[in-house]
Amino acid sequence: MMSKELARLLADLKEAEVIEFLEEALEQGTDPLDLLEGAKEGMNIVGQRFADADYFIPDLIFSGEILKRIVAILEPRLKSGKGEEAERMGKVIIGTVAGDIHDIGKDLVAFMLDVSGFEVFDLGIDVPAQKFVDTIKETGSKVVGLSGFLTLAFDSMKETVEAIDKAGLRDKVKIMIGGGQMDDQVRNFTGADAYGRDAMAAVQLAQSWIGG
Amino acid sequence: MGKKWEEMSPDEKQEAQFQKLLTPKDPEGNDLQFQSQQAEANYKASINRIKDAIQLKKTPDRVPVTILPSMFPYINAGMTVEEAMYDYDKCTAAFKKFMLEFQPDMNIGASAPGPGKFFEILDYKLYSWPGHGVKPEHCYQCNEKEYMTAEEYDLLITDPSFYFRNFYLPRVFGALGGFTMLPPLTGILEMYGVAYNFIPYALPPVQGTFKALFEAGAEALKWAMAMGGSDVELKSLGFPNILGGFTKAPFDVIGDTLRGTRGIMVDMYRQPDKLLKAMEALVPIMIGMGIGASQQTGNPQIFMPLHKAADGFLSDEQFDKFYWPTFKAVMLGLIDGGCIPFPALEGHWGSRLKVIQDVPKGKTMWMVDQTDMAKAKETLGKNACLIGNVPSSTLKLGTPDEVKEYCRKLIDTAGKGGGFIMGNGAFFDEAKPENVKAMVEITKEYGVYE
Repeated sequence: MMSKELARLLADLKEAEVIEFLEEALEQGTDPLDLLEGAKEGMNIVGQRFADADYFIPDLIFSGEILKRIVAILEPRLKSGKGEEAERMGKVIIGTVAGDIHDIGKDLVAFMLDVSGFEVFDLGIDVPAQKFVDTIKETGSKVVGLSGFLTLAFDSMKETVEAIDKAGLRDKVKIMIGGGQMDDQVRNFTGADAYGRDAMAAVQLAQSWIGG
Repeated sequence: MGKKWEEMSPDEKQEAQFQKLLTPKDPEGNDLQFQSQQAEANYKASINRIKDAIQLKKTPDRVPVTILPSMFPYINAGMTVEEAMYDYDKCTAAFKKFMLEFQPDMNIGASAPGPGKFFEILDYKLYSWPGHGVKPEHCYQCNEKEYMTAEEYDLLITDPSFYFRNFYLPRVFGALGGFTMLPPLTGILEMYGVAYNFIPYALPPVQGTFKALFEAGAEALKWAMAMGGSDVELKSLGFPNILGGFTKAPFDVIGDTLRGTRGIMVDMYRQPDKLLKAMEALVPIMIGMGIGASQQTGNPQIFMPLHKAADGFLSDEQFDKFYWPTFKAVMLGLIDGGCIPFPALEGHWGSRLKVIQDVPKGKTMWMVDQTDMAKAKETLGKNACLIGNVPSSTLKLGTPDEVKEYCRKLIDTAGKGGGFIMGNGAFFDEAKPENVKAMVEITKEYGVYE
């Protein structure tokens, strides 16, 4: 019950009420794991509302801010780190390609993939092709997301796809691209499998490729 | 001479601005000497074409065409972006080559690379540029951070200039740390105690900052002379630069470089009233910035790159509350001052068209990136001139035939009845030159109005 209420408050982005509720619940001896479960459920609802275009980027970002505060309160009370990690649907690698240092779009996609239940390996910005290759090998991830804002990223994306191909991994992963000036023509040029226009498109692509 | 500037209506001011553009002067204030009669004819025909496209009163002789590049002219000339930023003569030579090669009706000058040495002197942290965080052949890129903290709204609202000088500038320019020690200028009132205000100027960090400013000023002037010379030369060859300066929508001022995207979006929830108040405080400042630049350059078009309200960035309600009112107020203020607001709809803006179409007719021009041009024409296009929206992807990856086909479609839809300027949708660094040429050629050929 407690976790349902927390999920509702978080999904409605009621920051002050969330914190008040959380503190009271803990005082009454509610299991922090239950509350963490509620927070996760709340984030799922946020993700769903974003997918339904009821929520937009500010709402998504603010939900993340509230979640940070919830985790900061719960974390010291959980016995072993973050508690039991819920089973993840699959692994996704994401990064902004070499030469490009833009991160806003990439961060949003990583966030949406995370709240949608994927394990996300965010390699950051200006990521060399080899780093993508190494991470595919290390994680066995089946989906790679390449982000880029500038026209220079067209070439970097193509080079990244080629490096993955050269390493003999091309048939083991699906590759999606997105950001700034990307479109299907660029997708075709880079040899990636799909172009996604926004964070929800990335989630849908990942789901269609590895389920969930 | 007729009416004084202050007595003119916005219509009369705009007309006066175009008349000024049609009678260009050299730096000494004499009538500009064109290099040929043909150059003079081309120059005037281009200005009139653009004027007709903007004013929506009559159809131009043909669709005007522009190229609004980022680093393309320099990369296409075989140099690195770093060279274009550090060698001003090479930069302007490449831009001249670009203009002669592609011959668009309007251009925005060679100032996009900016003066690399100047950024170095001031230790600019807001951007990474070639040799300073990005490769020599790549364009500079913004380092978005919370340069303004969540607690600083009252400071910004009370005295924006003081806030900028003492807080924001020292954070984005490493060499301007001395500014943090300066008192507000508004404390300088009368003889008693006035000297106290000047004590900080004796302190070594402040003097260091001023030394950097003198050096940076000299470098900026050197660069500006090169840019100005290039402009006059290109004008005399028949190519008008019509860019008068730039300003921004208040939401983007705060969301781009002060609080950042994450910061401003959290503020929409945690302190919406302060955010709204700060944006209102920025309205007259952003209007003044545009009008001031326009008076300095003599060109009325004031560019406004729009960022944080593209589709998906804000809900309709959030857009109506946080973005549109102050953005519109800046545009109206610019129009009142005889300027032509030139916003760029970067990314997709289809969901905003129904709101932003509410602008005075014939007073604005909009660069359209990936928004559906037919829909833009039916809405915003009723009141405003549209520019664009040839995609970067097609310019870099397509063929000349594909470019021509895209442009023909644009001329048929967006160009219908005037009010359209052909151009690229987003500032671009890389493209196939034959594709850029195809965009210009097809417009000059197919874009002629009956």
